[in-house]
Amino acid sequence: MIIDLEKFLRNERPYWTELEGLLHRLENNPNQPFELAAVKRFHYLYERTAAGLVKVNTFASEPETRRYLEGLVARAYGEIHETRDRARLFSPWRWLFQTFPQTFRRHVRAFWLAIGITIAGVIFGGIAAAFDPDAKTALLPEMFSSHLSDPSERVAREERRPNRATAAQLSSFSAQLMVNNIMVSIKALALGMTWGVGTVVILFYNGIILGLISVDYVGAGQTTFLLAWLLPHGVIELPAVLIGGQAGLVLAGALVGWGRRLRLRARLRAITPDLATLICGVALLLVWAGLIEAFFSQYHEPVLPYAAKIVFGMVELVLLVAFLSRCGREAPAPPPPGARL
Amino acid sequence: MSQATTLVLRTPEGVIFSQSLAGPVARALAWLIDVALFLAALTLLGTIISVLRLVAGETAEALGLLLYFVFSVGYGIFFEWIWRGQTVGKRLLRLRVVDAQGLRLKPSQIVIRNLLRVVDMMPLAYLVGGLACVLSRRTQRLGDLAANTVVIRIPRTSEPNLEQLMAGKYNSFRRYPHLAARLRQRLSAGEAALALQALLRRDRLEPSARLELFGSLAGHFREQVRFPQEATEGITDEQYVRNVVDLLYRPERATPAPSHSQPAAASLP
Repeated sequence: MIIDLEKFLRNERPYWTELEGLLHRLENNPNQPFELAAVKRFHYLYERTAAGLVKVNTFASEPETRRYLEGLVARAYGEIHETRDRARLFSPWRWLFQTFPQTFRRHVRAFWLAIGITIAGVIFGGIAAAFDPDAKTALLPEMFSSHLSDPSERVAREERRPNRATAAQLSSFSAQLMVNNIMVSIKALALGMTWGVGTVVILFYNGIILGLISVDYVGAGQTTFLLAWLLPHGVIELPAVLIGGQAGLVLAGALVGWGRRLRLRARLRAITPDLATLICGVALLLVWAGLIEAFFSQYHEPVLPYAAKIVFGMVELVLLVAFLSRCGREAPAPPPPGARL
Repeated sequence: MSQATTLVLRTPEGVIFSQSLAGPVARALAWLIDVALFLAALTLLGTIISVLRLVAGETAEALGLLLYFVFSVGYGIFFEWIWRGQTVGKRLLRLRVVDAQGLRLKPSQIVIRNLLRVVDMMPLAYLVGGLACVLSRRTQRLGDLAANTVVIRIPRTSEPNLEQLMAGKYNSFRRYPHLAARLRQRLSAGEAALALQALLRRDRLEPSARLELFGSLAGHFREQVRFPQEATEGITDEQYVRNVVDLLYRPERATPAPSHSQPAAASLP
């Protein structure tokens, strides 16, 4: 049996055009809700068009019309059956003080794991620095070449010759730091797709660098300088990279799926918004860390007293801990299913 | 692993619809267009920064570095966000990123699929991503897999213009409604669609191929139902097929009265 295509098109065309109009409105203004009558009409048009598609599929096998109807039904289906969180008007304030810390806490076990891996790297780097004098040369990357010399010599040089860089040079340095650190964090997230192996390598290697430099400076009796130099930016930078690693481990956890009954696709779907939130939060923290590292950390005594730098760093750390652990506690945030590591 | 060329979705109402998946080659071409655009923008940015450096020194360099970073990371995110799953390259090649389950594409999906390019680009020239595309059943690179997205082709759709086939023409077969009914009963939907498509695309065929195709189709239809000689006399194979399609797709159309000057068959406008 073959339908009268001409009559079918003539009768149904107005409904398809109307559905297209409503879809256009919905797609261009997702935050402008339909009134009840329009919702009912939209649903009716979707069902009518879907029924038309069934007819075309069954009787006429007319490819052009079928493709057109498939496209229309696909768009309407996406709008009607979307059950994930409807996009509210984006509020940067709510996102920063509610969504980001809530998301961080939802996956806090992955964060502890990232810390554990980094600490393992710190221990390895520390032992290497303590027992092997060549470890620094072998393990430190090119960008840390200024730390290859004796720490005491560097401290004496920095204190003798205070930072005379211009604001423009500091801006350039700051931009390089931001870009480099954000890229490392993005890689830590993205390499979660290697079942977390790449993320673990990045976190462990970061720990090695930290361990090498720390033990080197502490061994040379320059602990105060080290703390004053690292704390102002490090208390933000290091947790930010750890949160990048946390995101990578969450991704790896979803891929592995231990102890979860959801299918791979459902597990990944559940964590996607959280990954985006975490990495955007990381970028924000690293912009701050880049500014502090370039414009504050590089100044030493006698320009800036070490005590003041250490206190500044500690205050930042307390504020960061308070921000991540307390912010958005009172606001409801139901976690998506299967989203926890 | 066998690759699907379409994304088939089934709605809770039981309606099945499909969307054509874009292959690795089409996606690579779209990416090349985006790269070309990116390089052009980079050249422009470099020129602007060189001029700015004369007045702002290293501050201009810092600005240049930040803009390069934001542009390289944000290009895909920005365009896929505002154009609902399309970059310039994808738009030109009629491709679109959609949710793998047919739902609305979320901003978080766009962010993740673009950030995971870092892995897909490893070790160089999208080797990992390209390999993943080839091996994946849904032609997904790793970023698509993580973000639960697929890239589809947007078909060019237009209504079949049946009027151009038989507009105002006399169809000699309509004088035999019992044979027309038998024809509709015997022919499958696929055969009908084949004949319709042959007519719609006739002008794109080589003359010899056109003759051969319509000869073959007309021969097949003659085997199904034989119309009297007076109805078929003097009409070409293509006209024969056109009459059949008219009967199949417009069964309720009134039969226009034959005029003395008009032959007993339809002719193309």
